[in-house]
Amino acid sequence: MPYPTDRRYTKEHEWITADGTIGITTHAQDSLGDIVFVELPKVGAEITTGKPFGTVESVKAVSDLYAPVSGTVTGVNEALATAPEQVNKDAHGAWMIKINVKDPAEVGTLLSSADYDKFVSEEAGH
Amino acid sequence: MSVVEANSVVPNVVRKTALNAVHRQMGAKMVDFNGWDMPVEYPASIGCGIVNEHMAVRTGVGIFDVSHMGDIRLAGREALAAVQHISMNDASRLAIGQAQYSALLYPQGTFVDDVIVHRLGEDEYLLVINAGTREKDFSWVRDNTRQFDCVVENLSDDFTQIAIQGPRGVDVLQKLTDANLKAVKFYWVTRGSLCGLKNILMGRTGYTAEDGFEIYIPSDEETSARVWYEILDAGKQFGAVPCGLGARNTLRLEGKLPLYGHEISDTIDVWEAGLDRFCKMDKPNFIGRAALEKAKAAGVKRTLVGLEMVDRGIARDGYRILDEKGREIGYVTSGSPAPFLKKNIALAYVPPEQAAVGTTVKVEIRGQGVKAQVVPTPFYKRQKKS
Repeated sequence: MPYPTDRRYTKEHEWITADGTIGITTHAQDSLGDIVFVELPKVGAEITTGKPFGTVESVKAVSDLYAPVSGTVTGVNEALATAPEQVNKDAHGAWMIKINVKDPAEVGTLLSSADYDKFVSEEAGH
Repeated sequence: MSVVEANSVVPNVVRKTALNAVHRQMGAKMVDFNGWDMPVEYPASIGCGIVNEHMAVRTGVGIFDVSHMGDIRLAGREALAAVQHISMNDASRLAIGQAQYSALLYPQGTFVDDVIVHRLGEDEYLLVINAGTREKDFSWVRDNTRQFDCVVENLSDDFTQIAIQGPRGVDVLQKLTDANLKAVKFYWVTRGSLCGLKNILMGRTGYTAEDGFEIYIPSDEETSARVWYEILDAGKQFGAVPCGLGARNTLRLEGKLPLYGHEISDTIDVWEAGLDRFCKMDKPNFIGRAALEKAKAAGVKRTLVGLEMVDRGIARDGYRILDEKGREIGYVTSGSPAPFLKKNIALAYVPPEQAAVGTTVKVEIRGQGVKAQVVPTPFYKRQKKS
């Protein structure tokens, strides 16, 4: 599974680009199954590294979304409120929020595409 | 992202059906269900997923491995008296080949389990029971029927049970058997050859609020896998898909079919669960009857209702129900998006005063009271063929 190299990843299966766009990975959408509900913060909200910033629900399960880094929300993908299945169709395109990253250096500490790929395969091996 | 809640129970021992390897080979997502390693859904890569599986059963046909269900056989001169003593429905009304929904009750009128009672012969009955309560049920049945002249056998490990559910289920199965399935009415059973196997029990029963069959074949892995694939092949022309426990749960929820540990349990009685029409107080005495008589006279303190979310949000199992003022008045027993109805629905226990259709309540979702309304149930009722 090739993960885009233009972004960084977390072990909680979120991705973030250098300009602060955040979503969940295709691996995440696959393990969730049919996504039916996405709850996101409002523009202006502060999110904090490792803390929940929203919720995604599939038919079967409820999952928290964790902030890859700290920052202030500058944009929310409102389309996901009525078309949450976009996340299943194109997880790496269906972004959730955009943030003004507090410390740009923090993004660089996250997993690279190759490291995330390795992490996912190891997780699947268990 | 991490899953913080799921509608399944965490077990301590993992058990497998004879089709376990088949599910894994098909790429099913496996979960622990009451101690069983079971498919929750099949992969999107072969056209499945809970929503597709659910829709296939409503509009075509879906195939389920339900071998985790248990089977108890009672046979002998006093088998009927034994069944009557331990179950709440009236088994004396069953003709040979007929089945009925019933339940085993504790003396206090609460549930040991819900069951389907099949009358297989003059003095022979088969109880089909839940996976999570197999051992408990068998001990309960054995211990409470000792005074009767009948043999009680646990056949749970003898069968691979496959459910073929949906309006086209009859067409799929008919391709594989010499039994005349059209002549089998809902909640009746027949026997016939199936996929080269002789004398196979096939019941027009299920847990999807849809037409369909459940078949009982030998539980060796080779036979089980062969029949599973033959059914899927036979179903191809009708769009058959394999279905996991995820769709099984959403299908039964739309039909308001109870799930043990949720709508019914050892602390919930028959009246609360609204299963009155399956409880025959006028038949000979049965375990739980005296307590139910008292409970009926006293009146219920809570009752099971159907909810539909009015505002944005999904009610989940265990969420609290609040009144308009934010006071806790009940809880959700099962809640989920309903794929066919395309609504967010739930079953919940609330006081009778808040149970009228049209009543507005709130479901507490992540600390917020989200508006929901009491609606008529079942949420979904299949159109009977004329």
